[in-house]
Amino acid sequence: MKDYLYFPGCSLKGAGSPYEKSLLAVFRALGISLTEIPDWNCCGATAYLSVDADMGTVLAARNLALAERADGRDIVAPCSGCFLALSKAKAMIAEYPDLRAKVDDALGRGGLPYEGRVAVRHPLEVLLKDVGPDRLRKSVVRPLKDFRVAPYYGCAILRPYETVDSAHVPTVLEELTRIAGATPVDYPHKARCCGGMLTTGVQSVGLRLAEILLDAAKSAEADAIVTTCPLCQYNLEVYQDRLCRSTRKDLRIPVMYFTQMLGLAMGMDERTLAIDQLFRVPVLACPAGGRA
Amino acid sequence: MTAAGEAPRIGVYVCDCGFNILGAIDVPEVVRYAGGLEGVVLAKEYKYMCSDPGQDLIKKDIREQRLNRVVVASCTPTLHERTFRRVVSEAGLNPFLFNMVNVREGVAWVTEDKARATEKAKALIRAGVRRVALQEPLEARSEPVNPNVLVIGGGIAGMHAALSLANANSGAKVHLVEREPSIGGNMARFDKTFPTLDCASCILTPKMTEVKIHPNIHLHSYAEVVSVEGYVGNFDVTIEHKPRYVNEDLCIGCLKCVEACVYRDARFPNAFDLGLAKRKPIYIPFPQAVPTKVLIDPMDCLYLKLGKCKKTCVDACEKGAIDFAQAAVRAQVKVGTIIVATGFKPFDARRKPQYGYGTLPNVFTALEMERFLSPTGPTEGVPSLKDGSLPRKVGIIHCVGSRDRNTNEYCSKVCCMYSLKLAHLIRERTGAEVYDFYIDMRTPGKGYEEFHEKLLAEGLKVIRGRVAEVTTSALTREEKGHLIIRVEDTLAGFVRRIPVDMVVLSVGLEPQSDTQQLRRMLNLSCGREGFLQELHPKLAPVSTATDGIYIAGACQGPKDIPETVAQAGSAAAEALALVHRGTVEVQPYTAVVDEAVCSGCQVCVGMCPYDAITYDADKGVVHVLEVKCKGCGVCAAACPSSAIDQKHFRNAFVLAEVAGVI
Amino acid sequence: MRLVKTVKYEADLDATFAERVAAQPGGERIWDCIQCGTCSAICPVSLYMDLTPRRIVGMVRAGFRDEVLNAVSPWICTSCYACTVECPEKIRITDIMYVIKRMAMKESGHHRFVVPAIEEAFVAMVRKNGRLTESRMGIKVAAKSGLRSALGMVPIAWKLWRKGRLRLLRVERMQNPESLRGVLAAVEDRRPAPPRTGSRGSPAGVKA
Repeated sequence: MKDYLYFPGCSLKGAGSPYEKSLLAVFRALGISLTEIPDWNCCGATAYLSVDADMGTVLAARNLALAERADGRDIVAPCSGCFLALSKAKAMIAEYPDLRAKVDDALGRGGLPYEGRVAVRHPLEVLLKDVGPDRLRKSVVRPLKDFRVAPYYGCAILRPYETVDSAHVPTVLEELTRIAGATPVDYPHKARCCGGMLTTGVQSVGLRLAEILLDAAKSAEADAIVTTCPLCQYNLEVYQDRLCRSTRKDLRIPVMYFTQMLGLAMGMDERTLAIDQLFRVPVLACPAGGRA
Repeated sequence: MTAAGEAPRIGVYVCDCGFNILGAIDVPEVVRYAGGLEGVVLAKEYKYMCSDPGQDLIKKDIREQRLNRVVVASCTPTLHERTFRRVVSEAGLNPFLFNMVNVREGVAWVTEDKARATEKAKALIRAGVRRVALQEPLEARSEPVNPNVLVIGGGIAGMHAALSLANANSGAKVHLVEREPSIGGNMARFDKTFPTLDCASCILTPKMTEVKIHPNIHLHSYAEVVSVEGYVGNFDVTIEHKPRYVNEDLCIGCLKCVEACVYRDARFPNAFDLGLAKRKPIYIPFPQAVPTKVLIDPMDCLYLKLGKCKKTCVDACEKGAIDFAQAAVRAQVKVGTIIVATGFKPFDARRKPQYGYGTLPNVFTALEMERFLSPTGPTEGVPSLKDGSLPRKVGIIHCVGSRDRNTNEYCSKVCCMYSLKLAHLIRERTGAEVYDFYIDMRTPGKGYEEFHEKLLAEGLKVIRGRVAEVTTSALTREEKGHLIIRVEDTLAGFVRRIPVDMVVLSVGLEPQSDTQQLRRMLNLSCGREGFLQELHPKLAPVSTATDGIYIAGACQGPKDIPETVAQAGSAAAEALALVHRGTVEVQPYTAVVDEAVCSGCQVCVGMCPYDAITYDADKGVVHVLEVKCKGCGVCAAACPSSAIDQKHFRNAFVLAEVAGVI
Repeated sequence: MRLVKTVKYEADLDATFAERVAAQPGGERIWDCIQCGTCSAICPVSLYMDLTPRRIVGMVRAGFRDEVLNAVSPWICTSCYACTVECPEKIRITDIMYVIKRMAMKESGHHRFVVPAIEEAFVAMVRKNGRLTESRMGIKVAAKSGLRSALGMVPIAWKLWRKGRLRLLRVERMQNPESLRGVLAAVEDRRPAPPRTGSRGSPAGVKA
């Protein structure tokens, strides 16, 4: 079993802690070790590049260099925003020699040479490509029967780099859902932007984007939305009451992480998976424990 | 020393080519240098060597100065080697005692530094002079041209080419090979053609009938070319006839067998209707098919698949034409020239999942819409929705797969026009409001812009904006139950959501999927997009780099019917020129064996791609059949004893040239 | 009725603007735009923009520097990359939005919008601690977003805290933030000094 370096990012210790808890639990159960990159720094998200391109790239690349210094294993970045920020830094440095020179100079002077070797992975992709559907199926003891899931990919793991899945016809989250025994529902907006940072800056626009997604998932009669990113999870989850009031539509639906879904199917308890930390807890048809 | 034993008297002429060469090379210096080379009796500079006075200068010097070798340093031999060889020959000197040195494309046009260019020109001329001193007189060969012509593809291009050739009554046969069971190609699928709105079948079927009855055309339908050997004037072609399981000579096309088939209803998708209509295992692709003969699909027929059937078709056939034992048959034909007219295939709309083809209901490609509009199609000319009702609003999306770096970069040329045509016909048949979503409206042909204006006057709603997606996700009440097109109306300056009932995708044109296999078989090249490559984009659009093989129609690139017909006629004319001349001049660069040196190892025999070398067991040496030798030089390079040499490219010449350069 | 004259003279435009944008990584293919509008059509927020992505690209090319740098469009962009993926000319429109944001921060009165202020606060916190503390960031956002908006966040913050997802007292910090600051300062070090005339205060990103 492969082992990985782990880049939690700033969200996973706070609002996104259910993601980290469930991720670590699931990976541990599968025998995969995740070693946190020593003294990692913020990836910069979308904010740093809006202010300074070179510094923003160096910021993200420092983590890549740290990973190379550690032992060069693949980095798992669960937050899709971090995944994109790190992937983008790597790609831009590889493509633009001037940028590369600046990064080499800055990191070099900080004692962190960067060679562009280390790979950036998302845990969803790691589960399906490295662990593999067969092994995952074997670890499922409690298939989530009659549980209708709206798989929500978000933007960052599909665009602009298609290393995790196809940008237009993604299927890996549906695949994982089926492995967990649940039923993925088909709805039109599984890769449409949730609003990202807009809900903090231009709230009306951000809320509208969340509303469209919640409406679509509800219309498809999903029991829960499954996400891959703490910011998506936050945007879709925390404004539901407000949206219900302003739109007079019932947009209440649990929003959980794919690691929590898989963990439940693997028979883990709700506490370990931080299900109780969600605003709305998904209701599963069959009782905990035992094969369905 | 020249081969004839006399001292070489070489004339070197350096062309200024206006300012092309003079501007980049110190020509006077080069001339001065050339004049001092061994064997050179005169070296001259002239403004335009290829002009009449330039040519006369050479002729005069050959006569008056008794030159026995000539070197011209100017442009590429591709342009003027023939010119100067003729000049030299007119002055009484064997044309192969001439050598051309390229100092324009090879030096002047590619070197920035004048001093370096001058040195390079000197080196090349030095090499050219050493080579020409050794060259020998040779006689060009003439090969007869087989007057038969092979036309691959029976669409409008192939048919028109075949008829033009056949009507020349040259006494020869045109072998028209079509791999579908009927000729007609894609045009047979269309309802009407732009800009005249002529019925496609009405203008096509007379040609199809003409092909069928023409005594000079041998139609091979449901057949494919599987191999082509030989060269211009003498091609050996193998054609494989796929089994129809019906004897073509006996079948009269009465269709009683189809009526009698054990399948009461048509069950299997009909390829001619792009799968939109069904047929039985025994079928005719469409009513006007030529030849009007049925065929049986072995994947669908119960008897051929499982061996069990009542075979009611056999009973129904009065001519006894059904033959389940039929097998593929190969035929060999000899032709002198080949015309490739294999057409196009439409872009696969599934590659643009954003538009919902195959996932959302009532999203069709333009070719499918042609079938819906066609009176012989699945809905008898009325494009209805899946539930049978008529659409009230239709959106036509231009540039699907074209002008897109994610799929095909090129513009497919005909889609704007056919989109306008479809808009007109859809509105005529259903009364629906039609929207055309375009980036640019491309209407360059005769009557095309007028057609565009006619559509605008009819009330066509044109929106300049490339559609991003087609979705069923409704955001307002009026959108529910419709297909919603999200587009930026760039001219009005707003993002718009337009609900429609039906979407038509104007898919682009692509080369056929087996173009790579075809081109390898014929030794042709393809361009970057995969279409067959013409010899020159401006001056030789239907010729190819392979002598004797011509291309016509959409296989060369997307084009409309008038251009296709023009190209087909042009290709036929090129082929007829060869047929009429009766002979083709072949360069005498053949291989020659020094029997004293040849050890009989026969390495060359296997290497020759033209099977031109045979082993003489009695003498223990090989022999080159001059008639078949194409002068490729592989044997000369492969021979371990250097026993084979190639005329005009002898080892000595090549080594002298190399020594001259360095 | 007030009439507004909207003609644009060449003197009003900036002929170097397009080159400057095209010179930055991601801006190279700006010349290939055929103005098809696919970017605007796929963008989930273009309907809120004053200048749609297509218009931004067109206006950058023509030199409409003032209009573009003062547009609200780049600040609404969520960097979802849908435009970049759909563009038939493979123009990296998202990256061009970033270029415009950076230029706007340096060259024009961006403080009309709250988003750049939030982004600058983000950058300052990262330079100081190496990581973001969500609670502190939330307070800064609230402070810049106005009272009503701030009050609206209180119930959410409360619920997050109840669920154990908001650590009010803890500050997320690297063990050795100096190593990050050093690397970032090294980038700044190598930059040519800003011109004496025409600069607006200190370079972006350097805040206490």
